[in-house]
Amino acid sequence: MTVQQSDLKLDGNAIGGLLREIFAMEMTTAEGTCAHCGRVSMVGEVVVYVNAPGAVVRCPSCDHVLMRIVQGRGKYWLDLTGVRCLEFSA
Amino acid sequence: MSFISRGFRGKRRDVAAAGRVPPGQYVVDDFPVLSAGPTPRIPVAEWNFVVEGEIDEPKKWTWDEFRKLSTEQVTKDIHCVTKWTKLDTAWTGVSVDTILEGVDTAAEYIVAFSYGGYTTNLPLEDVTGGKAWVAFEFDGQPLHPEHGGPARLLVPHLYFWKSAKWVRGLRLVNENQPGFWESNGYHMYGDPWREQRYWGD
Amino acid sequence: MSSRGPRLLEWRLGTVAELVQETPRVASLVLDVPDWQGHLAGQHVDVRLTADDGYQAQRSYSIASAPEDPRLAITVERLDDGEVSPYLVGEVRKGDKVELRGPIGGYFVWRATDARPLLLVAGGSGIVPLMAMLRHRAAAHSTTPTRLLYSSRSLDDVIYRAELERLASASDGVTVTHTLTRMQPPGWKGYARRIDRAMLAEVCWPKDQMPITYICGPTPMVEGAATLLVDMAFDPASIKTERFGATGGSS
Repeated sequence: MTVQQSDLKLDGNAIGGLLREIFAMEMTTAEGTCAHCGRVSMVGEVVVYVNAPGAVVRCPSCDHVLMRIVQGRGKYWLDLTGVRCLEFSA
Repeated sequence: MSFISRGFRGKRRDVAAAGRVPPGQYVVDDFPVLSAGPTPRIPVAEWNFVVEGEIDEPKKWTWDEFRKLSTEQVTKDIHCVTKWTKLDTAWTGVSVDTILEGVDTAAEYIVAFSYGGYTTNLPLEDVTGGKAWVAFEFDGQPLHPEHGGPARLLVPHLYFWKSAKWVRGLRLVNENQPGFWESNGYHMYGDPWREQRYWGD
Repeated sequence: MSSRGPRLLEWRLGTVAELVQETPRVASLVLDVPDWQGHLAGQHVDVRLTADDGYQAQRSYSIASAPEDPRLAITVERLDDGEVSPYLVGEVRKGDKVELRGPIGGYFVWRATDARPLLLVAGGSGIVPLMAMLRHRAAAHSTTPTRLLYSSRSLDDVIYRAELERLASASDGVTVTHTLTRMQPPGWKGYARRIDRAMLAEVCWPKDQMPITYICGPTPMVEGAATLLVDMAFDPASIKTERFGATGGSS
């Protein structure tokens, strides 16, 4: 069976549970500014690939990596350097 | 003890002959596709492969030039850090030894880099001596883009994230430079037999 | 109700109270979940299955039931080469327990207190979270003008078909438009093609009514419809999307 690229391309809704674990709050309405192109997207709208050794989150506008999230051995490794600023409500 | 779902088996997981399956892995008979981004679509007419870095003169091949290099057919077991192992996978490719023939370097490491931006790092001695290939066929067929075609790196003795899909070159470097996953929690070396999945393993 | 829910997202067990076969390949699991704190229409749960050797598989499923319903329902499409869906649709029986956590999601939610005209665009099993919205709308006695455009392969693949007919004929402001892309019954007078700009233009709200839109289904369909609506000058901020991957549902 050929896997289409679109099978693997989801959006921020798909990591809602994972982000909830990490941030201890609902994050799909958080807004992130892409460090590369400046586009502001809600987490629910960003491009997400979950079928990988980790979750890779990309800007819907320029495709640059916004976040990488790896889980293992009871730890998370979170790279947010692709997000210049993440805004979310208290 | 966590909850067990009555009657759930999941995808077919075999326990193969001991000795072939590294710790924590299970054997699958399909070929899972993992992806960190959109699949690059590189027509072979535009494909290039380079060797650069700590080298007197960078080397470069077009697809036609690359396909004139001597090739090998190899059958290997592969092990993904996400725990699946696939036995007896058949590849056709150019040995990295062939690619590095005549290259004089003091570098001890490489960074493999790909179309689409993926990178991974390896010690030079782990891609030489018959341990690594740039593979362009799987199971006798041209390598499909979802599995890294036109060509991918193949380094079966390490976790498969080191076998960079859509590879477009090797950079010889003096220091071990963490690649895409190695800079975010995954082990710098990645030996499945010592279960080196994550930092600190 | 806040979409935040309890601070810690814990795994809990729901008991299958009822199984409803919606179409030949789609079934709803109606669950009793003790201490369920409620949810918003559009949210999902993560379901985790564990085999006796410890192997685990996890998938997300949109909640199909309205927040007002006493039980939690999810609707699952069985994919032949799937790992989780053939278990949930085929193996699971009444009385079985299913491990889940949620509700999850704050972006793709609709509250009946939102009075803006509503456009819902569904492809295949993308109808599930939109159905939760329609059920919530009905339970809240809302008369918000609502239009659903629902793309399915054939009439047999239309999920919740009878219930959608009832909602549409209730004369409280819901219209349902189907498009059947692969096979149509004899005498079918409705749309018989993939969603395109002309179809959207005929179905959607006039821009000046400032509608909000929720699109859910396979990734290519969602992106196609969202792009078309933006091209038609709808405000991108008024369009919310949820992608299920090409297969239109978790496998």
